[in-house]
Amino acid sequence: MNSAKHEQGSGMKTEILLGDEAIALGALHAGIAGVFSYPGTPATEILEYLAKWNQGSQAGNGRKPVVADWSANEKVAYEEALGMSYAGKRALVSMKHVGLNVAADPFINSALTGANGGLVLVVADDPGMHSSQNEQDSRFYAQFAQIPVYEPSDQQEAYYMTLEAFEQSERLGLPIMIRLVTRLAHSRGNVKVLEHGKNEVTVGVVGNPSDWTLMPANARRRFQRLVDAGPKLQSLAEESTHNVLKLAGRKGIICSGIAYGYVLENVGPATDFSILRITQYPLPVNKIRQLVEHCDEITVMEDGYPFIESQLRGVLQIPGKAINGKHTGHLPMTGELTPELVRKALGMELHKSRVQESDLGSRPPRLCTGCPHIDSYNALVEVLESYPNAVVFGDIGCYTLGALPPYSAIQSCVDMGASIGMARGAALGGVHPSCVVIGDSTFTHSGLSGLLGAANHNTNMTVFILDNSTVAMTGGQEALIGGDKFIQLVKGLGVDPEHLRTIVPLPKSHEKNVRIIREEIEHKGLSVIISARACIQIRKPGAKK
Amino acid sequence: MIKNTVLAGVGGQGILSIAYCICKAALNRDYQIKQSEVHGMAQRGGNVESHVRFSDDSIPSGLIPQGKADVIIAVEPVEALRHENYLKPDGCIVSSISPIKNFNNYPDPKKLLERIAQAKDHVLLNSKHLAKVAGNPRVENIIILGAASDRLGLGLNEFDTVLEELFSAKGEKVVQANQRALRIGRRAAEIYRESLAKGQGPHTALEHLEQLPENAWDPEAATPGKGG
Repeated sequence: MNSAKHEQGSGMKTEILLGDEAIALGALHAGIAGVFSYPGTPATEILEYLAKWNQGSQAGNGRKPVVADWSANEKVAYEEALGMSYAGKRALVSMKHVGLNVAADPFINSALTGANGGLVLVVADDPGMHSSQNEQDSRFYAQFAQIPVYEPSDQQEAYYMTLEAFEQSERLGLPIMIRLVTRLAHSRGNVKVLEHGKNEVTVGVVGNPSDWTLMPANARRRFQRLVDAGPKLQSLAEESTHNVLKLAGRKGIICSGIAYGYVLENVGPATDFSILRITQYPLPVNKIRQLVEHCDEITVMEDGYPFIESQLRGVLQIPGKAINGKHTGHLPMTGELTPELVRKALGMELHKSRVQESDLGSRPPRLCTGCPHIDSYNALVEVLESYPNAVVFGDIGCYTLGALPPYSAIQSCVDMGASIGMARGAALGGVHPSCVVIGDSTFTHSGLSGLLGAANHNTNMTVFILDNSTVAMTGGQEALIGGDKFIQLVKGLGVDPEHLRTIVPLPKSHEKNVRIIREEIEHKGLSVIISARACIQIRKPGAKK
Repeated sequence: MIKNTVLAGVGGQGILSIAYCICKAALNRDYQIKQSEVHGMAQRGGNVESHVRFSDDSIPSGLIPQGKADVIIAVEPVEALRHENYLKPDGCIVSSISPIKNFNNYPDPKKLLERIAQAKDHVLLNSKHLAKVAGNPRVENIIILGAASDRLGLGLNEFDTVLEELFSAKGEKVVQANQRALRIGRRAAEIYRESLAKGQGPHTALEHLEQLPENAWDPEAATPGKGG
């Protein structure tokens, strides 16, 4: 929402922001020079907010525009942010939780190189898998990398923790993670923000390049530095005003991030529960000890894996103390945390409502009317009727919906770009026809390297690249490359030009498309069929570019 | 004071526009706001839901606890019932009766309406028909918002400003159609409730609304500036 409430004289104003937007604005006000990302729900709006800001009326005004272009994938995004930090500028890198798997290599190693300009990674986890293939908890990654994490509990904290994270990153010379969950990333609330943030901050170039050159001798030195920083990080979390302990009755609660809001919603501010809220890691051990010593029974609430709970419980438990949580069945191990789950875990009765459960059938998403993928699948499905042993390896995008009826056309969806590697492995394992369905953006994200191998070994498989000229599922972000350049790219990987075909997925071309697909499946060797027609959503007048 | 509203519908119906209108109108009153929504694959014809809460005090949770919603605002009848477990025992349901049958085993529409009508405080409207009356088939969502507006405690004039902001880029005609839809929805809800008060059932009340001549909505029902 654009128009804000200004408070005269305070230098502050109130805006209604998504959790994602609060992070983006916090980063802007912290003086970043750039944000790097690849689209992925629920993190997409972070970069989008800054790209829009660049075009808006607030831009100019003496504040330099922020670099806000989509990267090819999350690994590249992380490396670009790391490079910007190296150059002495502040950089934000944002992604969804599974994106961090792709970026894990630079992420873990950046804890050794350290940060020069402030480097902040925002990861949006998706407990409940609203639009993801798992619900991994990024706090484990931060622990693995041994870097600090902020886990805001609302939009306001998301804003000021981002401001703080950049300062902290430069002070410590380390990257900092901010962990969001879907429910915060995609929820709006009032946020008090600065009228004017910092202009672009510059800290100067890296003093000692060998710190960033992780050959074994340097890496050992840098790893030692990281380990040595441990006690300092520990004491920062211990003294942090974000980790708040309130002692009251003998029943205790430890809650992290947005779980605090659900606790407060249920017990109210004048509660007799002793509460420790944790929003900055590593874990504040002394505060936890104080709570445990004071209480007989402690319930741990987290939206995600039992990260705090498992560490608290340890392998030997705490004699004489009851620790309730996901391990004891007080809360479920899977799915998203809700106010109701918190309520039940605290032994409180649910509120009366009109009905207890909804009994209605689900409404699965489906391809839009007029979607080019429909015509691609219609042709493919018709051809594959003659090949009962065919396997079609799918990938991540709108076309994943081809797994559902009426197409039931794909038999796998694992991770970005997985289809090509899996199809090659399956072909070598005896599957024929071994086929791939992958979108253009997923292909440039992580499919290129798989196809390079398949082309140069001329593996007997058929790859369909559905080129709709956009990143459709996340809302139509611009693809990095399209049209003839895209075809040249595929050719350049070593695909035999005679078996690199293009089709236009339209009902009127159905017969022709079926014939081409059949020919290429019959070809003993690699074929690539590019099925190119733009997404109908981006062709609508007024649609996002 | 806290007002909890669950918004529901199908991808593409403008649920998040309703959310925007309520949040913005509430912000203009200096209320605290929390709004939660789920998107992602939902925009491909799946169900879309949003929780909107506003209050003169701070609001801890973005999600409304089950049994705490004052109003359900739904642009599709199945979606109204999907979230019924959030509604207070005496809460209000405002729902369109226009079904979107894009999944297997869609329930019998007649039974759906009867289930919604079991809520003592409810309004059912043929939003498709009323959007046509408003002169733009895309304003079904704002018809339903108008019908729920009195239960939100927010005035029509307060929404006018927000609709203007939201749709000004699409031209004055679109703004006016939405402002008109708001009033038609509000008026239709009043007429629907009057019919129920006379002892009529939901089906009769709906028929009565559909049989009203088009000029019944003019001018007092459809002039911006009135009814706020």
